[in-house]
Amino acid sequence: MSKQYEFKTKGLPYLLVLPQMVIVFIFFFWPSAQAIWQSFFLQDPFGGRIIFVGFENYLKLFQDPDYWASFTVSVAFAVAVSLSSMAIALFLAVQTNKKIRLGSFYKTMLIWPYAVATMVAGVLWLFMFNPNVGVIAWVLKYKLGVEWNHLLKSNQAFLLLTLAASWKQISYNFVFFLAGLQSVPAALIEAAAIDGASPVKRFWKIIFPLLSPTTFYLMVMNLVYGFFETFPIVHQVTAGGPGKSTQILVYKVWRDGVINLDLGGSSAQSVVLMIMVIGLTIIQFRFIERKVTY
Amino acid sequence: MKKLLLLVLALAVVSGAWAQTTVEFWHAMTGKNGDMVQALADKFNASQKDYKVQPVYKGSYSDTMNAGIAAFRAGQAPAIIQVYEVGTATMMAAKGAVKPVYQLMAENNEKFDPKVYIPTITGYYSTSDGKMLSLPFNSSTAVMYYNKDAFKKAGLDPEKAPATWPEFFDYAKKLKASGMEGGFSTNWISWIQLENFAAWHNLPFGTRKNGFDGLDTQLIFNSPLVLRHLQTIYDLSKDGTFIYGGRENKANPLFSSGKVAMHFESIGGYANFKNTCKFDFGVARLPYYPDMLGAPQNSIIGGASLWVLNGKTKAEYKAVADFFAFISLPENQAFWHQNTGYLPITTAAYELTKAQGFYKDNPGPEVAIKQLLNKAPTGNSMGIRFGNFNIIREIEDQTWEDILAGKISVKDGLDKMVKDGNKTLREFERLNK
Repeated sequence: MSKQYEFKTKGLPYLLVLPQMVIVFIFFFWPSAQAIWQSFFLQDPFGGRIIFVGFENYLKLFQDPDYWASFTVSVAFAVAVSLSSMAIALFLAVQTNKKIRLGSFYKTMLIWPYAVATMVAGVLWLFMFNPNVGVIAWVLKYKLGVEWNHLLKSNQAFLLLTLAASWKQISYNFVFFLAGLQSVPAALIEAAAIDGASPVKRFWKIIFPLLSPTTFYLMVMNLVYGFFETFPIVHQVTAGGPGKSTQILVYKVWRDGVINLDLGGSSAQSVVLMIMVIGLTIIQFRFIERKVTY
Repeated sequence: MKKLLLLVLALAVVSGAWAQTTVEFWHAMTGKNGDMVQALADKFNASQKDYKVQPVYKGSYSDTMNAGIAAFRAGQAPAIIQVYEVGTATMMAAKGAVKPVYQLMAENNEKFDPKVYIPTITGYYSTSDGKMLSLPFNSSTAVMYYNKDAFKKAGLDPEKAPATWPEFFDYAKKLKASGMEGGFSTNWISWIQLENFAAWHNLPFGTRKNGFDGLDTQLIFNSPLVLRHLQTIYDLSKDGTFIYGGRENKANPLFSSGKVAMHFESIGGYANFKNTCKFDFGVARLPYYPDMLGAPQNSIIGGASLWVLNGKTKAEYKAVADFFAFISLPENQAFWHQNTGYLPITTAAYELTKAQGFYKDNPGPEVAIKQLLNKAPTGNSMGIRFGNFNIIREIEDQTWEDILAGKISVKDGLDKMVKDGNKTLREFERLNK
């Protein structure tokens, strides 16, 4: 079924992909190669002194309990953000997909938060939950008796980050779920209804399985988001604290490299992250795209 | 043809003689302080015709430093770069990358007398035998702010701030008992409650004169007095007499919103409090423990200094040297001091500001200057010079949060700060030996 076009001249296809390859080379392969190279050295920031240390930067990383703690919190965070934002987005998509009044108004409103820059999202949530001047922190403390202090309580800090990061991502997931829902054939649902299947059963037996390509795609995208794109939120809201309890991997790479100027250690961390991204991509292409039928 | 060539040559020589030498000055000052940097450069550019200093804003302190490093590695470095105090050891260790200021001034026959500068300020950026490496630019020190209205309400004398720590803690309890949400808070736990605290009590923060004498320095601030101090603050956090407001200067809203009555912050925050506080507040010296001999000593500075990078032409260096001499003049220092709230770097500028009557309306900055000049600095109070200083402060911030959250005892936490800090000092030593 595939439509393939055969080029007459051998050089032309290479010429056509060349611009793209140049961009990929300059902005991906070149820096990646530099990161790998630098991860084997200790060097002072000005580049005056360079000491070859072999795998020492990596060994130091893997022997550091802080790194493993950072690893664990990153995984927990990515999973928490993915699950909560996908579950809420799916629920909202199903609700707005019904024939309700003001349906398109709700849809528009639900997509809006995606337009907010991640950094700004962090600031907004921080304002509301600031233990000293935040509105919600005040309500929690004086109306509900919950002592809110994410500056010192790690669980609360983690919760706040998850809320802020999920809130933005819900919009993104919502759009995809809504599109997915609209492509579910109405005839199937009507047939099930005639056979006497309850709305809940219809959802789990028909709609949800048909949504699986969307769900799997979103799963990968959300994990990537949770791992790599939540940096601005962490930077704004907790700066990795209290202690080091919310220092996710991407935040640690940045701190160690840009602020603390430990180029070797930070490069080693980037290489580890790079391997993780490659892993996630392989999973997506190898398993998910093959197993999930569209 | 020959004539034409000659004409071109002559033109080139003439225009060459008239060409201004422009040097770039990368800085991290925003808002009004950024305008004042521009104003200083404009004044300098208007004062002569040969040189032009061009300030370029490069983002936060760490952004500016990173931009400078990247530019240096690419051979495009600016002549002058503003580097925050924690970057001092990194800049010093970058041999071949920087040109020490004392050398620059000598090479350009600039009238340069290090004695006109306030020793506690220039000492921070000099070798231990007094050679100035970078020019102090924006300097501040830590002081105590207190809410005079709250003092009155609690029956305390608003014109008399607590002078010692025991008095201070007593006041804090009384203020909380008078109906405030808490007694006190502090910014910059590392800079104020550890580094300045040690200097103010003439205690060593690290060995080898706090790192001035060599890279083989060790942190030793886990002394009985520091333990006692942090333990007291921790104990007072239990009932909310002390409220933690976050790292760096994030605790400011606690004071400006009237939740706590006493607060520690840089004198650089004076103008900000003048704008945000809806009550009358005072500035006082840091408290001390009266049972410590020699306390109070003098406080130390924070802020940033100007470094000159290597690889520039003679004319460019002459421009930088002239500019440095220009901004050190009393009237320019007084201008900078009065408009930004940062401290003047020469005693003459301080005297000039006093003569102009500036401190009558702004008593806060004078408290800070007097605190710096309190005594001649000792090896414990000249300043702090550690490699990887950013990491050390980060360790202190993180551990302090773990202490307050009850994850680690005060004593173990303090020992951990020293132990982990020493590890990063050894890494820096290994790389820069």
